[in-house]
Amino acid sequence: MASINMDKLGKVYAGDVRAVTDVNIDIADGEMIVLVGPSGCGKSTLLRMVAGLETITEGTLKIGDRVVNQLEPAERDIAMVFQNYALYPHMTVFNNLAYGLKNRGFKKADIDQRVRQAADMLEIGQFLDRKPRQLSGGQRQRVAMGRALVREPAAFLFDEPLSNLDAKLRVQMRVEIRQLQKRLATTSLYVTHDQLEALTMADRLVVLNAGRIEQLGTPMEVYSRPATTFVAGFIGSPAMNMLPAEYMRGLVSADSLAHLPSKADLIGIRPEDLSLEPAKENEMSLSGRLMLLEPAGAESHLHLAFEGIRETMVVRLPHVPEVTEGSTLTFSIKREKLHPFDLATGQRVT
Amino acid sequence: MVDNNRWGNFFAHLVLIVGVAIVVFPVYVAIIASTHPPGTFVRGVMPLLPGPNAWENYRTVITEGRSRAGTPPIGGMMWNSFIMAMAITIGKLSISIISAFAIVYFRFPGRIFFFWIIFLTLMLPVEVRIVPTFQVVADFGMLNSFAGLSIPLIASATATFLFRQFFMTVPEELMEAARVDGAGPMKFFKDILLPLSITNIAALFVIMFIYGWNQYLWPLLITTDPEYYTIVMGIQRMVTGGDSEPLWHLVMATVVLAALPPVLVILFMQRLFVKGLTETEK
Repeated sequence: MASINMDKLGKVYAGDVRAVTDVNIDIADGEMIVLVGPSGCGKSTLLRMVAGLETITEGTLKIGDRVVNQLEPAERDIAMVFQNYALYPHMTVFNNLAYGLKNRGFKKADIDQRVRQAADMLEIGQFLDRKPRQLSGGQRQRVAMGRALVREPAAFLFDEPLSNLDAKLRVQMRVEIRQLQKRLATTSLYVTHDQLEALTMADRLVVLNAGRIEQLGTPMEVYSRPATTFVAGFIGSPAMNMLPAEYMRGLVSADSLAHLPSKADLIGIRPEDLSLEPAKENEMSLSGRLMLLEPAGAESHLHLAFEGIRETMVVRLPHVPEVTEGSTLTFSIKREKLHPFDLATGQRVT
Repeated sequence: MVDNNRWGNFFAHLVLIVGVAIVVFPVYVAIIASTHPPGTFVRGVMPLLPGPNAWENYRTVITEGRSRAGTPPIGGMMWNSFIMAMAITIGKLSISIISAFAIVYFRFPGRIFFFWIIFLTLMLPVEVRIVPTFQVVADFGMLNSFAGLSIPLIASATATFLFRQFFMTVPEELMEAARVDGAGPMKFFKDILLPLSITNIAALFVIMFIYGWNQYLWPLLITTDPEYYTIVMGIQRMVTGGDSEPLWHLVMATVVLAALPPVLVILFMQRLFVKGLTETEK
């Protein structure tokens, strides 16, 4: 059990290629932090720097009270779950789990006990004599998890551990990993490119873009108050609608946008914040032509177009409305649900 | 795809049968020839059916050799060949797997340079460097010794190159997982890389053993003491040695026996090879 402190961490590869810039994250003991971002944003590099698989070129990394910048991965007291599991193909599941313990000079009885305990926890007890290739994807994933937790390390590092699984298994493993992490209360750093995974699993999440932190906060903070247009577009599906304020002024009554700062020249609207109910007090209304209705069972996505504007808008309703494509619909939205951004800097204003 | 018609099949089989016949025929002739009495070959006609002297011919080469012509019984030569082939094979495998490990997994100055130096030697067959090599071996006093027979042939660019290619296909995450699991470089090599390379080692073992076994020119040059004769060069001595006609029946019996160990190695290693292929997977 330990906290992890990243102080101005940076990574510059040979040839002056910057991968990570000025990252400050304090992970509390037992906390699960998710790093999320598009591919190439530096999230895996950052995780590998914490693991010790990449050298740290700038800043200080502390695990517990120790500065670990110069330590080998094995000396950092961390365990890592790899994207492709990286199980040793020639070893049985038992030996895969036991290998790290053997290398650390644990006693045979102790190894045996720990491996069986981890195997029971992950329900892979009956596979201990098998080789990894005899296991399904989900089972391999569990073995990879088991290899991390037999060591009872100070921190777990997950590098997109679910991206090789099919959708159904991914949801199931997501729940299991989170439950396990909560039960063991082990400090965890989890990398994913899937915003839904990030929102559901994180105590706090870190949105990275181009090697920099765009926003750090609890999932709901990040979701309801995205700090930049990048975060607004990345977190949430369907993505937040972005309309230039001048277009908005043409669509809604003049005083509707009066409460927004003057610098707000880009307005974001979450698809689910629009409703077909008539506008009440502190709400504004907005009309558009329905181009396409996508029913999705429990919810529906409505694609709207506006007169004289290229931008379209997606609305997510918690039901499938009885409307015809081509008709004009009027939606209402609470004024405080508008997300004002500065187009030039991409920063949220207010 | 090939059409599955009668004539296509017939033709395909014909080509294959002719091909096999061309390859197998000389072997067949050698086996047949080794079963005939000495007089048969003087007429200049090769018999195509087995003769009556098989037992006697093989007994002669195994127990007596052609002592008068300076060739010892073949048992000793077979043993020499075996020692030489094994020394070359094991030496080649150990050195090349370690150098490939160094080149793939370590970043040291001149890494690429050394790789290319090793790779360049692929283009120099034994025969090209044979004179300087002989000089070196002679100066070290290794003529007429197993060390002289095997050491100069141990360096292998081919095997290094093949191991390098294989190591590059091993996912990097395995190395990283091992690092996180507390395995140092040599431990990773021993516990993970070596077991994963078993099939490659088996395949190369077969190739290298046959390469070593079939060495002809090098043993011929550096051994003058019959005690160190190898079987392949022994055959040559048998043909040219003595004043009489070459005793083809004995030569052929020796040839057949000399071909046995490589065949056995292939048969034995093939099993391990297939087993390795079915049991491990990346």
